[in-house]
Amino acid sequence: MVGRVQSHRAFQPAIVIALFVFAMFAMPSIFDATWIHNFTQMAIFSMVAASVGMLYGRVGLVSLGQVAPYGIGTWITVRLAFATDVPYPLLMIVGGIGAAVIGVLIGLPALRVSGLYLALVTLMLAVGVEILLFQLKLPNGGSGFRGVAASLTAITPVRRPVFAETDVAYFRFAVAVAFIVFMVAVAFLATKPGRAWASVRQSEPSALASGIDITRYKLIAFGLAAFMAGVAGGLFAGHVQNSIGINQFNRQAALLLIAVVLMGGINSLWGAVLAAFFAKILLDFLTQNVIGHQFWNDFALTIFGIGLMINLIQTTKSMETKGLLE
Amino acid sequence: MIEITGLSVQFGGVRSLDEVTLTFPGGTCGLIGPNGAGKTTLFNVLSGFVTPAVGQVMIDDVDLLAMTDYRRARWGVRRTFQTVQTIESLTVYENVRTVHEHAAEGSRSERQHAVDDVLSFVGLTGVRDEVVRTLPQRDRRFIEVARAIVGAPRVVLLDEPAAGLPEEETEQLAQIIRGVPERTGATVILVDHDMSLVQACCEWTAVLDFGRLVAAGPTGEVLHDEKVIAAYVGDEEV
Repeated sequence: MVGRVQSHRAFQPAIVIALFVFAMFAMPSIFDATWIHNFTQMAIFSMVAASVGMLYGRVGLVSLGQVAPYGIGTWITVRLAFATDVPYPLLMIVGGIGAAVIGVLIGLPALRVSGLYLALVTLMLAVGVEILLFQLKLPNGGSGFRGVAASLTAITPVRRPVFAETDVAYFRFAVAVAFIVFMVAVAFLATKPGRAWASVRQSEPSALASGIDITRYKLIAFGLAAFMAGVAGGLFAGHVQNSIGINQFNRQAALLLIAVVLMGGINSLWGAVLAAFFAKILLDFLTQNVIGHQFWNDFALTIFGIGLMINLIQTTKSMETKGLLE
Repeated sequence: MIEITGLSVQFGGVRSLDEVTLTFPGGTCGLIGPNGAGKTTLFNVLSGFVTPAVGQVMIDDVDLLAMTDYRRARWGVRRTFQTVQTIESLTVYENVRTVHEHAAEGSRSERQHAVDDVLSFVGLTGVRDEVVRTLPQRDRRFIEVARAIVGAPRVVLLDEPAAGLPEEETEQLAQIIRGVPERTGATVILVDHDMSLVQACCEWTAVLDFGRLVAAGPTGEVLHDEKVIAAYVGDEEV
């Protein structure tokens, strides 16, 4: 086959399986605890990055608010982990579904705008959720709806799955969850919804003329992306356990997320893996292992900013030349 | 048969269609006129992209304007665009399949058969599994036609399908267009500035100018109508 460039095609099964096996069995033996911690972060972040990349790269929806379902998924999972004895993987799914429901509700008004306006609306969403989480605070084992204990001494760690209580086991768990979430994304991209999204992204008038219910498929995209980010949020809660800060879900995190996603590339799910590598491995490596820590930190963020700027300029040009109707 | 009655479209102070009353009898019909005559506006009304100020469109006794845009495609109103709108990231087969799975019914095997059949009809079987972004303009134009006629269309709107094609490829396209009514039973409406293509494909033609219907009838007669000639050359006396 010539020119097979679709992301679900480019996600070659042999390479994916080889990487999965390498991550599950070789990496824990090669890397120390600090790096395993970072790679766990990378696995989690890759799911959030994939949700952004899928929305932008496959449907043409520029969302700067994917930290919102990420935060919502974290909150729901943490709250339920303290309140119930439900197995942790199920809590993550519930967190993902909760994030998806909210993602679809938010997607409804967002459907009325597109392009950079949608980016602004979704950024406002991220700010709104940031404020909400700041007010609610993340549950720490207390009682009541919020589950927040006033005394710091009452803080208890978020529990982990019984089969993944150690950091190495939790790393494997994170890789397995990321693998499953990526496969779910591939399943959508390779079938009817994926083709509908490709059509919507190419040309909304043409999609309508093909009988595609654009509103329905955009909401499916918002819901799936929010679910992926929500599940990642649940995974994140079990990873950091008792040091979860809302700065993971603030507007700066939202901008960093879109910047690294654009740097990694939005036309392939590999781009999400690369984005997570930039944000969670490369940045940490530069700031922790290279002389001039703060310089590297600032330099890396500047590079991400330039990447974002270039992409926005290109997007604007593309929008200007996209006169489809008479 | 497509019956358009008293159709007007207003964009601010501009009246793109002005009380157009017109009946397309079936088969392959031409719709011509100078730039800005309202041809694409009429297509956009039929597709549901533009809401008319007033008027009615009946196709086979069905009120088309009562349907939402994407439901019209599912009901059988299909179209191509002046600018090629094929899906760059998908294969030729997937491009056509996408229309069939949303706008037509059938089992998986029926779908595959229908898509392969239409690809054979437009001569694209050889590039069935190629990604569209790798293909030349000619193939993309033909893919658009394939997307418009797959399944069971009732009306096929072709908006300058030969734009950018050399003479030889335009002749191939004409052959395909002529075969569409017999193959699908659909009424084809062809908009094009290439009069040789219109003559080669259409038994019947309507002419618009400044949003008004200037002439309609057998293509040979219409193209020699004084009002039509005046519309193109700008005779002030008419």
